Amino acid sequence: MDQAFRVDWILCDGYGLCGDLVPDLIDLDEWRYPILDGQPVARDRMGDAQRAVDCCPMKALQLVALAEVRRRS
Amino acid sequence: MSRMGVTIERLLAGPPVDAAAESLAQHRARLGDLPWLAPRDLIDEIDATGLLGRGGAGFPVARKWRTIAGRPTGRAVVVVNGAEGEPASHKDRLLMAHRPHLIIDGAILAAEAIGADEIIFYVGSEHLTARRAIGHAVDERRHEIDQRVRLFGAPPTYVAGEASAAVNAIDTGQALPLTKPPSIAERGVDGAPTLVQNVESLAYVALIARGGADWYRSAGLAETPGTALVTLSGAAAGNGVREIELGSTLRELTDPAGAGLDGVRAVLVGGYFGTWATALTVRDLPLDPAVLSSVGLTFGCGMVGLLREDECGVAITAAVMSFLADERAGRCGPCVHGLASIGDATRRVAQGEAGTSDLVDIERWTGLVRGRGACHHPDGAAQLMASAFDVFGDEFLHHARTGRCSVADRRVEAPHRPDLHVVPSRTEAA
Repeated sequence: MDQAFRVDWILCDGYGLCGDLVPDLIDLDEWRYPILDGQPVARDRMGDAQRAVDCCPMKALQLVALAEVRRRS
Repeated sequence: MSRMGVTIERLLAGPPVDAAAESLAQHRARLGDLPWLAPRDLIDEIDATGLLGRGGAGFPVARKWRTIAGRPTGRAVVVVNGAEGEPASHKDRLLMAHRPHLIIDGAILAAEAIGADEIIFYVGSEHLTARRAIGHAVDERRHEIDQRVRLFGAPPTYVAGEASAAVNAIDTGQALPLTKPPSIAERGVDGAPTLVQNVESLAYVALIARGGADWYRSAGLAETPGTALVTLSGAAAGNGVREIELGSTLRELTDPAGAGLDGVRAVLVGGYFGTWATALTVRDLPLDPAVLSSVGLTFGCGMVGLLREDECGVAITAAVMSFLADERAGRCGPCVHGLASIGDATRRVAQGEAGTSDLVDIERWTGLVRGRGACHHPDGAAQLMASAFDVFGDEFLHHARTGRCSVADRRVEAPHRPDLHVVPSRTEAA
């Protein structure tokens, strides 16, 4: 099942480690908050993506099913 | 139901709205007892009206109720949303102050339809007359309401009316939005599925339960059936809260005789999360959620503000953006930094002190904040900013290049608070 990044904006404090670690997957804005494209992470990058999730000091970054990312209420 | 020009009286039928709140005796004499409908029948009836929520987002009322009514088991809660933190809108406080029993009828119907055992009236703490009227009306009916009932004062902030912020305020005292999922329909007050519904929507349900969907749909001049409360400000006459047939035009609303839009160049439609449009674009357009959204505008909370030819569109935009930056909940970084930056830059432009990159930056930040928060505050602010660039683009350029205002032909000061116009409230000064 395709997975994509989701961020809990309340938890995220803009450390920006995710974007430093996988700059080709996650852009950072000028305040170092992630800019996510909502696209599925390629299968062969899932390992890197998971490392980005694991390095978040606020536990704000997640990998979830694509459908969950698009369901935003 | 009576008509005067474009005005139609459904919610506002009954005693004049400059008098005291309608009492329970008056309400009963006029409308009779609250009818009982089986939950499914009531939700079907509301569905057949097409009624959209009137808090600003315009979500279909029946769909929201059905989601919660369809839960497998357990309790549920109704939150009656009368926070009305939007300074330019006055319709909710007027309705609460003068037709409290219509709102209570709707709240009881909602609680029965979704199987809730508690009703919480969440009323803006600065809306003193409204709070008194709701409190008194609830006391008049406490004995007949099966559900637990309480009043909760909403803090006087813009974001307090956001549904998850309302739930959070009631649970923790902090009126700040929550991360979704879970939605409050899944887990709201005390962890129970919670329906947060605007007071105007509930008042219409009270009438729909009596008159039926066909009656409700008998009004409406364009695509969306029914009627709505709007708050008009900045007009030469007739400012304040009015009830209109959906699909009435701005020209009809401002002045049936036709002079009401003379000297008006732009219109803010839908409140601070709404959109600016030129008077030319919008004057003959039906005020109708479906029609407005088809041309990129929004009905929002029904607020309609007129900007006159000698008023600076850049200054008012700077004031509103600074207000929205100040009124952020402050929980999500992109919104905190993005709105503050937009607010500061628009103020510099308005005051003739624009930096070389301010306009480009504002445009970039406007794109950057969208969809990057726990609530829709950044999205609403971005929508307003983008529409201001569309409508006042030349003025923004002129301000940035010359440091002067092309409308007032002098340096302008952006007011700190966006008192677009003083709306002569028909309820109170508070």
